[in-house]
Amino acid sequence: MSNGLHRRQAKNLVIRNAHVVDPFHKIDDTLELYIKNGKAQKWGKKLEVPADADVFDAKGLYLFPGFIDLQVHFRDPGFENKETIESGVIAAISGGFAACVTMPNTKPTCDNAQVVKYQFDRGALSDFNIFPAGALTQAIAGQKISEMSEMKHAGAVAVTDGSNWLQDSGVARRAYEYAATYDLVVMSQAEDLRLSAAGVMNESVVSTRLGLRGRPGAAEDIATARDLELARLTGCKLHLTNVTTKRAVEYIREAKQEGIRVTAQATPHHMFLTENDFVTYDTNFKMSPPLRSIEDQRAVLEGLKDGTIDVIGSDHSPHAAEEKELDVEVAPDGVVGLESYFGVIMTALYHGLKMPLANIVQKMSLKPSEIIGKPKLGRLGEGELANFVIADLNYEWVFEPKHIHSKSKNSCFFGRKLKGKVIHNFVNGYHYDFAK
Amino acid sequence: MTHSQWNRKDLIGLRDLKREEIELILDTAASFSEVSQRSVKKVPALRGKTVVNLFLEPSTRTRMSFEIAEKRLSADTIGMTGSASSMTKGESLRDTAQNIEALKVDLIVMRHPSSGAAYRLSQYTSKAVVNAGDGINEHPTQALIDIYTIREMKKDVKGLKIVYLGDILHSRVARSNIWGLTKLGANVVVCGPKTLIPKDIEELGVKVEFDPLKAVQEADAVTLLRIQLERQNESLFPSLREYADTYGMNEKMFQRAKPDAILMHPGPVNRGVEIESSLADSPRSVILKQVTNGIAVRMAVLYLLSGAPTHE
Repeated sequence: MSNGLHRRQAKNLVIRNAHVVDPFHKIDDTLELYIKNGKAQKWGKKLEVPADADVFDAKGLYLFPGFIDLQVHFRDPGFENKETIESGVIAAISGGFAACVTMPNTKPTCDNAQVVKYQFDRGALSDFNIFPAGALTQAIAGQKISEMSEMKHAGAVAVTDGSNWLQDSGVARRAYEYAATYDLVVMSQAEDLRLSAAGVMNESVVSTRLGLRGRPGAAEDIATARDLELARLTGCKLHLTNVTTKRAVEYIREAKQEGIRVTAQATPHHMFLTENDFVTYDTNFKMSPPLRSIEDQRAVLEGLKDGTIDVIGSDHSPHAAEEKELDVEVAPDGVVGLESYFGVIMTALYHGLKMPLANIVQKMSLKPSEIIGKPKLGRLGEGELANFVIADLNYEWVFEPKHIHSKSKNSCFFGRKLKGKVIHNFVNGYHYDFAK
Repeated sequence: MTHSQWNRKDLIGLRDLKREEIELILDTAASFSEVSQRSVKKVPALRGKTVVNLFLEPSTRTRMSFEIAEKRLSADTIGMTGSASSMTKGESLRDTAQNIEALKVDLIVMRHPSSGAAYRLSQYTSKAVVNAGDGINEHPTQALIDIYTIREMKKDVKGLKIVYLGDILHSRVARSNIWGLTKLGANVVVCGPKTLIPKDIEELGVKVEFDPLKAVQEADAVTLLRIQLERQNESLFPSLREYADTYGMNEKMFQRAKPDAILMHPGPVNRGVEIESSLADSPRSVILKQVTNGIAVRMAVLYLLSGAPTHE
């Protein structure tokens, strides 16, 4: 793979002095790890250094299970000018990820086993774990349910219509029931698009001030409530992506208390930024759902703290520069996020809110692995391929275009001071060294 | 504030301007108004300067007014009209800016259907940009004309009750006027059905009134906003008939305003919808005065911007 990253088959190594956080095994301590032939051979307080192994001193650094992003757009097939699976994988690896769930809004749409298999195989070709999400309805048209059984056999781990929320509750009920038959998680980006039609940003006095059409938070609240009731009715596994409003967080909290099978996800940008960051009509702040009010942002952070929100996903949405240079009403929604993910999360949650590390780490790895049923990822194992990151939590840097390996550079974090960076990523036994 | 203190490259909106800057433009306009009274209606202020009028949304009045203002300042002008939809397919605002810049022009007057387009164009070019209307956001020269006209009729706008009636939601004219008039100390009231009032607009320092009879009560000036006929299909109001019946201005309603109140409209007027035809032609209406004042105000804006140092 000629990708500009410094990669090699992981050498036989003993990693010493790393502070290991593994929420599954409830590890939050200094541990040593012996890697042999690309596999995490042995963990222990104090390991002998075998004759064939080098010593890697990770003093001051942290070791976490590799991250899993449940919501990325790799645009492949169909929109390779924005991203390909290969370029997306490079961005993901740079960001500390071991696996990504790709969204189905490709061309052709990922609504059949062939496209699922293509994406899955392209991931394997890059020695990476691509888990496609299939479309919930055929061609994401919201009318006929897709061939979920076949897609599941081809490697799909979830079904979703992405940002085209399935408006018709009758079709949605059938689709959610059908997905439940095959134990496929339904991922829903809940926003009533008829209510937010033509909106560019959150509807509030800020949109009024900027003279931009608004998307009211109520569009998300209504859609969230509908989906939760359908989950109650159908018993499907519901994963709500892109939770951004106060009311949505409250609805989900209540639903969990009532035992509805729901998990929830927020993005780094919605926890770090608000509608007030839109003031320069910069299309890199135009996304779906839009950046919300400070009150909403606080509720999302509260939801992350108390466990209402289980997962942090980047919703990596690459768009070509020429598309984002269009005027703000026409330019497409979405921002890239894989390579700012860890820095933003550490800055906002660890350094900012002082959230316990184990709580943060589980939202990046363990919980997502459980949601898509990939238990070997998201935790540290013995005898398994090395899938973990080594990070410096105190590394200070300013996020810039040069940090982006994705084909598209539409980030909303340029110029932001971040604290925390992935220094090494071990993916499927390969070692990527970003200190080099 | 004096002319030499003006240091803006662009006029994007009245949201950005300080009170003194607005007053400077109005005072400068007053000194230009005399030019249009002469038999030779021309001053050499912009001689040798080139102005591009880029109208990417249909406009006849604003475009004509700008062109006349430019010609009376002796500028060389180029007009370009087109639909933004054909631009958006092929050309981004950055390309537009770079292409115009390559033509070595000095000022760009742009109308664009998208809010924020003028601001973004101004970021991509070192040339002066005049916003001639961006989406539903701002139409600063029209608001300056309105304020100029009110000042002309009422001396000072401070403390006056000024009412905007109709589609506030989609009105860049109302937004610009709200920014300008509140800075100058006027009491602004907006009135229309709730479907046509932007969210939380009270926080901009205006009063919202749903009942037009109450809104017009004791007003010093009433501006009627054009209702776009195609809005009927968006369920913002049920029918033109009901709209005209409720919010259409007629003699009887206007009697509630102060005896010397003036009636304004940024044009073009839908006679019989937002205003009774006879009222539009009455002495209380200053609609044509607004059109005439438009030339002086736009001359003032172009003049001030042409002299400002360009930012690289």
